[in-house]
Amino acid sequence: MQIKPILTAMRHHKAGTVLIALQIALTLAIVCNALFIIQQRTARMSRPSGVDEANLFVIRSDWTDKSDAQRIDAQMQADLIALRQLGSVQDAAPTNSFPLRGSGWDNFIKLQPDQVKMTTDAAMFFSDDHTLATLGTHLIAGRNFTASEIGAQRPRDAMHAAQVIISKDLARRLYPDGSVLGKTIYVSMGRGPATVIGITDTLQAHMISSWANAYAYNAVLVPARLLNDYTYYLVRARPGQLDAAMRDAPKALYAQSRMRIIDRKDGVMSFAQVRQRAYERDLGMAILMGIISVVLLAITAAGIVGLTSFWVGQRRKQIGVRRALGATRGDILHYFLTENLLIGFGGVLVGAVLAIGINLWMVTQFEMARLSLVYVVSGVVVLLLLGQGAVLGPALRASRVSPVEATRSV
Amino acid sequence: MFAYYFQLGLRSLRRHPALTALMVMAIGFGVAASMITWSVFRAVSGDPIPGKSSQLYTVLVDNRGPQYNDGGEPPEALTYTDATALVAAHKATRQTLLYYVAPSVLPEGDQSLPFIAHGYATNADFFSMFEVPFEYGGAWHASDDEGRAAVAVISHELNQQLFGGADSVGRGITMDRHTYRIVGVTAHWDPQPRFYDLFSGNGFGDPVQLYLPFSRAVDVQMDTAGRNNCGSNVDFGAGRDAWLHGECVWVPVWVELADQAAAKDYREFLTNYAAEQQRAGRFHWAPNVRLRDVNDWLDYKHVVPPESRISLLVALGFFVICLVNTIGLLLAKFMRRAAEIGVRRALGAPRREIYHQFLVEAGTVGLAGGVLGLLLTALGMLGVGLLFEPEIARLAHLDFSLVAMTLLVAIVATVLAAFYPTWRAARVQPAWQLKSN
Repeated sequence: MQIKPILTAMRHHKAGTVLIALQIALTLAIVCNALFIIQQRTARMSRPSGVDEANLFVIRSDWTDKSDAQRIDAQMQADLIALRQLGSVQDAAPTNSFPLRGSGWDNFIKLQPDQVKMTTDAAMFFSDDHTLATLGTHLIAGRNFTASEIGAQRPRDAMHAAQVIISKDLARRLYPDGSVLGKTIYVSMGRGPATVIGITDTLQAHMISSWANAYAYNAVLVPARLLNDYTYYLVRARPGQLDAAMRDAPKALYAQSRMRIIDRKDGVMSFAQVRQRAYERDLGMAILMGIISVVLLAITAAGIVGLTSFWVGQRRKQIGVRRALGATRGDILHYFLTENLLIGFGGVLVGAVLAIGINLWMVTQFEMARLSLVYVVSGVVVLLLLGQGAVLGPALRASRVSPVEATRSV
Repeated sequence: MFAYYFQLGLRSLRRHPALTALMVMAIGFGVAASMITWSVFRAVSGDPIPGKSSQLYTVLVDNRGPQYNDGGEPPEALTYTDATALVAAHKATRQTLLYYVAPSVLPEGDQSLPFIAHGYATNADFFSMFEVPFEYGGAWHASDDEGRAAVAVISHELNQQLFGGADSVGRGITMDRHTYRIVGVTAHWDPQPRFYDLFSGNGFGDPVQLYLPFSRAVDVQMDTAGRNNCGSNVDFGAGRDAWLHGECVWVPVWVELADQAAAKDYREFLTNYAAEQQRAGRFHWAPNVRLRDVNDWLDYKHVVPPESRISLLVALGFFVICLVNTIGLLLAKFMRRAAEIGVRRALGAPRREIYHQFLVEAGTVGLAGGVLGLLLTALGMLGVGLLFEPEIARLAHLDFSLVAMTLLVAIVATVLAAFYPTWRAARVQPAWQLKSN
């Protein structure tokens, strides 16, 4: 196929050529970035939490009388006994927060008491000796809390965490090349040192904001019941009995005492709901970018079909002449496909530069990651194929123009 | 002539249905995507208190010092000590302090279950500063703040829930087992974003249900349901009292200042206050204070979710592509009629008339695209809940201004896109066209 005559012909419809190329360029720029956003968000959404999500749910119980901390503590212990006795329940534990909750206590972790800047940040999960079994999170080193180590404290009390269990990511952050087991760290605002007695497998923090990405797997389990205005109970159902347990547990709590409030709307949440809520924004963004990409590709394809059809119509006579002079139908088909490919190359060249430019700008504006070149390359391939597909219809129609057209006047 | 061209436009739309449908769809999708994301963006980035946003300032004082503060910026709220001292000083026209509370409320009657209500512990100035509208009664008085009175203001919604909407002023409400006398019921009031409490991260939360005096709430040890930030090297001691008088920040403070001069004076007062704390040995660093008005504060706190900005930008890019597409298709459509134009020109039609005719025709396409866009926007509004969190999605709605804007944007954009194809059409040489035919 000769390219030179095509280029010469293009000069006669510069405007249309430039418009198609521009459209391809802009589409490539946006679709690349949209696909990249989708990939980033879905990657975030599929991060593991490290807990037995299928069987886990949480209950939030607000106390109607918050004044007497001792009564709250007694009530919490009675609640836990009642929950653990339920047939549908495997285990239960009290806590202030849990992975993916979105808000909660995070605390600066230090290695020395007089350190000015924190070593890292970590989520604080108030726990007891049942917490690990309830979460379904395994220890990879050290030991669990014993019942006698579990204390109780009010939120404004100083924390006396003589022993803590930490997540493996936090352990690695604190001592990149050695074991943190048995060492002391400072998790309680520079007060007492805490000895690390256990290290868990992967355990996600409650923080899900992008500022906390670096701390997303830093968690500290503190051996205490937090006597706050409310408490969460983590409950692990026996396999296959999640629904039953989610019905039984609030009833059991109300049977213990009615001096509590369990919100009808979100007082009891399965972990699937917790996860859904945590990643709502990410899912929404991924869906929106998906819709925009698909519609954009469709519109670009439609635009190419429209303009090429017009060219074919305009050039029926010339096509007829070429056919009369011996050009085969294949030659005509090839002509239009090649023409589109040339325009497409021009478009994707500009588009690739634009895509990278937009991404670099977004990196500065929205704390986004750098666009991987894989997306640009696959975007280029998709758009070139799209162009060829779109042009195929009009080109086939052009190839069917009969040589007789050459003798007709328009 | 306009009516005639409009008719011609409609007729030509029918002549090339496929091409026209393509254009209408491109414009419709483009304008709908832009309008849906715009409505969300508009909702989250609006001025929550338009008349007064430049007179309301939030106050920050660095109580941590350069070693421990956040890159030179003071923490984002005040300690109890600073908040109460600044409010007691009365150096502004009005001043308020607040913290987020979530007491349990026990409705009257045996059958009712207690529930958690959300609100603020604040002072009397809050209501006049933020122009809270009242349905019944009014704000409590400054004397109630000083007298640590057990009074409360409840929202229209809570009044509906508890008293069926009747005038409940003078009646009691039980919160955390203490009884408060209702002095006022607000009309529906829900500024979005909730600029006065961005510290707690409630920017787009549900409407507030109740208010009670700050002094009283502290007396009954009602704990904050919002954030409590103690920084990285603050020893907050043991027990509630140590915490209350310690260096943890949890109290946003706002002042009302009539003009720039008053703001300048207040900034000076703040600096002096910090200098005094330095002299007293509490701060070991030079005064580091901030005074930000509502819009500065919204900017500083990045209230507009990045999702909203990104999706608006992507949608605008999408619209631009749709318009480029429309330019191409209009070009094809207009140039097909070169012969017709040639005849008209040869018969004496000036270029102006050609412009007129084709721009009106493009406007017709734009109108059709706008109508489709409107339908898609309405449909999209139902789907906003799938894409954004419920508290943000409920802010986006289709109102008259959005309908008008959808149509206007569609028509104006299409007419603008039609300028180049029209220019080409008007340049058709009559002689050449006639000859070649």
